[in-house]
Amino acid sequence: MEKEAKEQESAVGLIITSSPHILKETSIPKIMHTVIMALIPAMAVSIYFFRLRAVIMIVTCTLASMLTEAFFQRLRKRQVTVYDGSAIITGILLALTLPPSFPVFGAVLGAVFAVAIGKQFFGGLGYNIFNPALLGRAFLQATYPVLITTWTEPFAKKGVDAIATATPLALMKFEGKMVPLLDLFFGNTSGSLGETSALAIIIGGLYLRYKGYINWKLPLGYLGAIFVFGGIFWLINPAKYPVPVFHILAGGAMLGAWFMVTDMVTSPVTVLGQWIFVIGAGFLVVIIRLFGGLPEGVMYSILLMNAIVPLLNRWTKPKIFGEVK
Amino acid sequence: MAVSKSVLEEFTKGLWSENPVIKALLGLCPTLAVTNSALNGLSMGLATTFVLISSSTIVSIIKRVVPAQVRIPTFIVIIAGFVTVADIFLKAQFPPISKSLGPYVPLIVVNCLILGRSEIFASKHSVGMSIIDALGMGVGFSGTLVVLGSIREILGSGSLFNFKFLAESLFTPWVVMVLPAGAFLTLGFLIGMINFISSRKGSKGRAQP
Repeated sequence: MEKEAKEQESAVGLIITSSPHILKETSIPKIMHTVIMALIPAMAVSIYFFRLRAVIMIVTCTLASMLTEAFFQRLRKRQVTVYDGSAIITGILLALTLPPSFPVFGAVLGAVFAVAIGKQFFGGLGYNIFNPALLGRAFLQATYPVLITTWTEPFAKKGVDAIATATPLALMKFEGKMVPLLDLFFGNTSGSLGETSALAIIIGGLYLRYKGYINWKLPLGYLGAIFVFGGIFWLINPAKYPVPVFHILAGGAMLGAWFMVTDMVTSPVTVLGQWIFVIGAGFLVVIIRLFGGLPEGVMYSILLMNAIVPLLNRWTKPKIFGEVK
Repeated sequence: MAVSKSVLEEFTKGLWSENPVIKALLGLCPTLAVTNSALNGLSMGLATTFVLISSSTIVSIIKRVVPAQVRIPTFIVIIAGFVTVADIFLKAQFPPISKSLGPYVPLIVVNCLILGRSEIFASKHSVGMSIIDALGMGVGFSGTLVVLGSIREILGSGSLFNFKFLAESLFTPWVVMVLPAGAFLTLGFLIGMINFISSRKGSKGRAQP
């Protein structure tokens, strides 16, 4: 629940300012640092499974994001706010969505694109339409389509350096094979750095929820929509389509649900808008995964729904009491 | 008609201050579609320049006999004639280029740059001035297409005018740059940068039209 609201009091104990009247001790750095804390389990698991590669990717992306942010803020003669943590989160999230074998120059390019075009070109934090980390990844997907779909087995699994393999989603889509759900839950599969372990991401997400910085509707609505739409197809043809739980645990669904759908800047502000946003995104994930050309659809689902968030905010604006058309 | 400008001014306005692609955003369809290599950009630019100069000349010559009510269909017929000439010439003399430009050569007919210059300029000015104007606009258009094509070719395939100078081992080509998305990105960057340069020039006290 919400933390205790501290109210600003005037000398006589009355609030004499205009709204907002409920003031909280939250600030951008505080929220961002909490999100970074929440990402620690996912980062730890990725480092456990992918060893040095994970460290290199996370450090590279974070540094590149921070430097780009500082450079553009200086260029635009704005206050340099690198330490508020938003660029750090963009860097970490981008790293967690990349395959472990991705080259370092590509990671730097993605981080620069994410922060420069995804965020600073729109006017900085709070003005961006798209989630910067996902935009960076989408650019990399279009720029290096081969490198970004080259996956390796977790090192912890086989005890060898790297084995090229397909992700659980690709196995399902192109070969009709299923990866054990328990492996998906704990993360012992191939995939992007941070998306392999559902458990670690849920821990981080629940921490964020406990802190009150994310709205439960967004992650649960998103996963619920994926579950329901995936379930409908499973009921139609259980032999061809995977069980709905698979959809939730595989690929980037967990990471997207807890850390990208819930982005405060790029999600709708109204309750109805939020429901439309998450259900639409969940529907797109299932459609892209089952019928699209790519095995994974989380990135495009969130980006596409991000694009209509300004419209959702306008359409679902609540009526002022007593308003006459 | 309006205040007569010098010949040089009429020529140079197409290069920078009224550049058809960068400033007027005209003819974006070929600009975005065929600039995946510098050579394609150059061929499209030259073909358009030829059609532009020829049609501007004819439109300027017949401007007094064309009734105002039917001037647009008349211009289109003239433009279409020259586009057919360009299309057949490319097919006969440069089959590979004609093939790589595909349907975008016949589509020069609907390039609003050409109709725009006929309507705005050639139908109101003397033949000589119309040719100068068309030449300036054509050079500006071709130049922009070559710049766009070069950027996209260097980043997208590591080569320039089909000359490969970046080895795959040193530089992994950005596939996105030869795709349509790369065209939008590059054009956006180019326009943004040129507007930035123009605004700086303006703020430093230079004369701004």
